[in-house]
Amino acid sequence: MEAVLSILVGLFFTAGIYLMLSKAIVRILLGVVVFGNAVNLLIFTAGRIMREVPPVMSLDMTQLTGDTANPLPQALILTAIVISFSFFSFLLVLTFRTYQEVGTDDTVKLRVAEPEGKILPPMGY
Amino acid sequence: MAGPIDITGAMITTPTPAGDWLAVVPVALPIITGAALLMLRKRLHWQAPIAVATLAVVFLATLALLVRVWTFGTVVMTMGRWLPPFGISFTVDLLGALFACTASLVALVCSVAAVQSVARPARRYGYFPFLLLTAVGVNGAFLTGDIFNLYVWFEVFLISSFGLLVVGSTRAQLDGTLKYGVLNLIGTTLFLIATGYLYGIFGTLNMADVIRKVPAVEGAPLMTLATLYLAAFSMKAAAFPVQAWLPASYHTPNVVTSAFFGGVLTKIGVYALLRVLVLLFPLQLAGLSGVIGWVAAATMVLGALGALAQSDIRRMVGFLVISGVGVMLAGLAVGTGPALAGGIFYAMHSMIALTALYLLAGLVAERAGSSSLHVVAGLSSAPVLIIAAFILMLSIAGLPPGSGLWPKIMVVQAALEAQHGWLTAAVLLSSLLTVITLGRFFLFVFWRPPVADGLGERPKRLMSPGPMLALTFLAVVMGLYPEPFVRAASHAADGLLQPDAYVRAVFGEQG
Repeated sequence: MEAVLSILVGLFFTAGIYLMLSKAIVRILLGVVVFGNAVNLLIFTAGRIMREVPPVMSLDMTQLTGDTANPLPQALILTAIVISFSFFSFLLVLTFRTYQEVGTDDTVKLRVAEPEGKILPPMGY
Repeated sequence: MAGPIDITGAMITTPTPAGDWLAVVPVALPIITGAALLMLRKRLHWQAPIAVATLAVVFLATLALLVRVWTFGTVVMTMGRWLPPFGISFTVDLLGALFACTASLVALVCSVAAVQSVARPARRYGYFPFLLLTAVGVNGAFLTGDIFNLYVWFEVFLISSFGLLVVGSTRAQLDGTLKYGVLNLIGTTLFLIATGYLYGIFGTLNMADVIRKVPAVEGAPLMTLATLYLAAFSMKAAAFPVQAWLPASYHTPNVVTSAFFGGVLTKIGVYALLRVLVLLFPLQLAGLSGVIGWVAAATMVLGALGALAQSDIRRMVGFLVISGVGVMLAGLAVGTGPALAGGIFYAMHSMIALTALYLLAGLVAERAGSSSLHVVAGLSSAPVLIIAAFILMLSIAGLPPGSGLWPKIMVVQAALEAQHGWLTAAVLLSSLLTVITLGRFFLFVFWRPPVADGLGERPKRLMSPGPMLALTFLAVVMGLYPEPFVRAASHAADGLLQPDAYVRAVFGEQG
């Protein structure tokens, strides 16, 4: 199971990075989402995948017997999902507003803050 | 239930000493008032006073924390009474306290400057709550002793900084924030990958616990881990070649926002590099030293060259921020005690001097009605600005009596002792380029007679130079009386190189 998920994580990373290399911002954002989910899956895989034994102890036990799934990575992923989802929503709205104002979502043409030409300072006075 | 359960093995049973509560004040207080200000959104005249008062209290708290750490050693407070490593520990050593104190001072000064310069619409859309919440994330990052918690604080200050950057929504701001947002999000995602692997290898996220477990781990890909952290934090610190987001965005928002970001945010990346590479992975740092050295040299020299090629004065300062990060990384690359101390001192100097320079650029642009070096000229009637600009130029270039002199000497001396001659050459070359850049800025802005097409329109009410002067004064103090700062930075560097005290503070004597 771990092997399958590891390969899946690799595929996710590949797809995410490929999308991020695009010039269109919407594609870059989709790439960021896939990239973020690859990380979530990676942490999930690192936390041992087994659902037969719950990580719960009875009162007379002081430590778990045998391997169980580690609940902490799942808590980490929950945090990461919430954060990356809110970032994604914000960046989507920001992209839309930028498209409304500037009229393009092509990163090559998006040069309002860094206009081309006339950036060199005067040579003297 | 069969009787009470013995909890002493898992939980802290003694109450936290009153003084240790100081560790959470710089985070807890602004998060509460920040939320309150969001609710009081409609009461515009309440926003600024509450924000300034909060940040003043936060600064005093970090100052008290610094004094406490200096006197009694590392302060630890573990959340939820769980024994470390199960609860999240706020672990404040001298390094964290120094950075938090300097950053809080900068935040306070910026909030005072914002009272005058932030326009009404920006206040309506929550400028001051965003400022407070950014300060929360910044302080949290400096004070926490848990690496996943560090990631969370990174995200906290990142998302609040989006708000500060974009509020006002001009075309340039939207463009800059988009690039800043996407590239920084990728940087923190790299940080998260590294943290996932770290948990997979060590089974713990508490930094003191990781220090204890590093020697016992064999055959683990620690070098990969250290390299991932280096890539992630270099992106936050705007080191070459992952610096492109900084000059694309920092000149677009209100100048106070630029000042706060330019002063504080990149130093969090440097802080995280020091914390993770020196404290957790010293052996891997030694292996990466060559790479970091090249990155540092390229950052310093290319940053200064970039500044030299800008006609927009705020973009020029942005490139100087990048150049300064290179000096701190040079300290990290050399890696000896004095070099790290130089890097830490330089970070403190840089927070103060670059914030002041951004504010000065704002004052100059406001008086001239433009921020282009083609237009700004003939400001010879503002003696206060001229003196401050001269002092800041000396400070940032590293000439006496400015604050940049001593940390640069420390880094250069340590690099020479460690046989890193070319790194020394890079520091000196970047200093020379900085002198030329700022000297030309000074010449054009203050000495050149007004140019033919005249100055732009001046606003009716000018920003007060007070906050900028306060920081400039501090830069002079740091330059003329560097002794306490050098001592503090040296102790902080020693604390990083000998982590026993850090571990003992978290786990008690048996650690």
